[in-house]
Amino acid sequence: MAATNGNGTKRKDRWSAGVSPYAEMGYYDADYEPQDSDILAAFRVTPQPGVDPVEAAAAVAGESSTATWTVVWTDRLTDHRHYQAKAYSVEPVPGAEDQYIARIAYDLDLFEEGSIANMTSSIIGNVFGFKALRALRLEDLRIPPHYVKTFQGPPHGIVMEREYLDKFGRPLLGATVKPKLGLSAKNYGRVVFEALRGGLDFTKDDENINSQPFMRWRDRYLYSMEGVNRASAETGEIKGHYLNVTAATMEEMYERAEFAKELGSVIVMMDLTVGFTAMQSMSKWARTNGVILHLHRAGHSTYTRQKSHGVSFRVLAKWCRLLGVDHVHAGTVVGKLEGDPRNTKGYYDTLRENFIPENPEHGIYFDQEWASMPGVMPVASGGIHAGQMHQLLGYLGEDVVLQFGGGTIGHPMGIGAGATANRVAVEAMIQARNEGRDYFQEGPDILARAAKGCPELNAALEVWKDITFEFESTDTPDFAVTPTLA
Amino acid sequence: MRITQGTFSFLPDLTDEEVEAQIAYALRNGWSIAVEYTDDPHPRNSYWEMWNLPLFDLTPDQADVAMREVAACRERFPDHYARVVAYDASYGRQTTALSFIVNRPAHEPGFRLERADRHDRAIDYRLHAYATDVPAGHRYGGRQAGG
Repeated sequence: MAATNGNGTKRKDRWSAGVSPYAEMGYYDADYEPQDSDILAAFRVTPQPGVDPVEAAAAVAGESSTATWTVVWTDRLTDHRHYQAKAYSVEPVPGAEDQYIARIAYDLDLFEEGSIANMTSSIIGNVFGFKALRALRLEDLRIPPHYVKTFQGPPHGIVMEREYLDKFGRPLLGATVKPKLGLSAKNYGRVVFEALRGGLDFTKDDENINSQPFMRWRDRYLYSMEGVNRASAETGEIKGHYLNVTAATMEEMYERAEFAKELGSVIVMMDLTVGFTAMQSMSKWARTNGVILHLHRAGHSTYTRQKSHGVSFRVLAKWCRLLGVDHVHAGTVVGKLEGDPRNTKGYYDTLRENFIPENPEHGIYFDQEWASMPGVMPVASGGIHAGQMHQLLGYLGEDVVLQFGGGTIGHPMGIGAGATANRVAVEAMIQARNEGRDYFQEGPDILARAAKGCPELNAALEVWKDITFEFESTDTPDFAVTPTLA
Repeated sequence: MRITQGTFSFLPDLTDEEVEAQIAYALRNGWSIAVEYTDDPHPRNSYWEMWNLPLFDLTPDQADVAMREVAACRERFPDHYARVVAYDASYGRQTTALSFIVNRPAHEPGFRLERADRHDRAIDYRLHAYATDVPAGHRYGGRQAGG
């Protein structure tokens, strides 16, 4: 359609009926100076061949704010310039001929206070299917404090969670019960008990464990809590199992969460698949009821992984912090799932820090100020084991839950031994780091020494010594094309 | 049993040199150091007794000053649990940064798990530390130097 590609279209009056290029309707304004209260977006735009990138960027601004495909006179009943999103910068992506980063400013008035559903309906609502674009990716958002302050945020946050659990100065340790499907409730609780007794802080339901014929939710909750309490009695520590409350309806989710609370569980979990509104409702419930809220990002890779189209996980991380979860899975770097080290650093910072400066090396497009909103504890899960402890600590830091599912339950001496191996490894690594050692380089030596007094760790190092997952990342910052794993 | 609260409870008990190295790390980070002790090991016992006030003004080369407090606490309460607590007062944290046990009773009897049946198979769990069957100050053999 010639009118939308900006080429050869004869300029017409702004208000005459018919189709005008978006850029000419005010959706592109190179002179616009973003206000402190604007929401800013960075889109990776791949226009169709022949489409002018500026017009493509203006179209994104238009379709994600006030525009429709043709001029409407009813715009004149509004202060339309105020409500128009404005593409204010369009720059080619280095090394990618057909891609451009378009920066777009949205006035705060476009969004309902405290509603992720509303923000996403605007910014990623229609525009991703727009024909004039071959692909579109939302790379980053700057959420101004004016908007941040309209959200509850994490029900507890990192600081409160640590005080509640009485665990400080080291990563928390968890494991997802395996096999993820098929265990009866009684067998399931056995895995919970052994893993927690052996030294983990948490065990976890998997994302697709809800309430199936082989194990109904209520039975799972009862046996899991028996395991949690037994383990607490044997160690003198607070222990927890993430009871998955994901269900088909909100009413059932509340019912399950209430029962988990009644049984004394310190934590529940939900899946990203339940949707933004359901998550935000659970967040309010978790704050009201004093239960830590874990989020499994089930399904996110359908739109976060490909570099040219979708929504970057760093944006999803911001939405999760705003809508309010205490934990969210954010990558491992060294494990089995996608995770470029620099991008992952950007996600972890986004979740944990109060201020994150623009940093192209980590894929951060804008300064982000969280205005004291508590941090979210990132969770590293998927194909990690005790032998990687130095790398995990180096890449991911201390405020993280390291989840060793196979790396606990698959231990040759049993589940408890697997848990002990992980706990000894993390404590030895923290001790060495604090003593000033170059733990990242000396990691294998530190672990080998700790294993001398710990047969469980020794066995873990032996069985998984050569296991690494070295594949090229699909999603990398443009700044650094080749990811490196030390 | 061995209570595994604190950061390093899965390692062999730290030597004094190792404890001092951890204190030095905390001081390098600008954290204050406190020593706390208790004979009630319940995991929800948030408030262990404070051994004097926290040491707020130590410089990174003064870990030995904190170590003297550790030694004095151990000497006074040899059969209690004692822990070193490093506290980060910086904006955005304002919480404990590191906490690890530096003294524990020779014998740790552990916990009894009490279960009370409730409705529909739900169970009410209570954790009961055997040590707390006797009054505070008389537990774990009750040795208290000078007490």
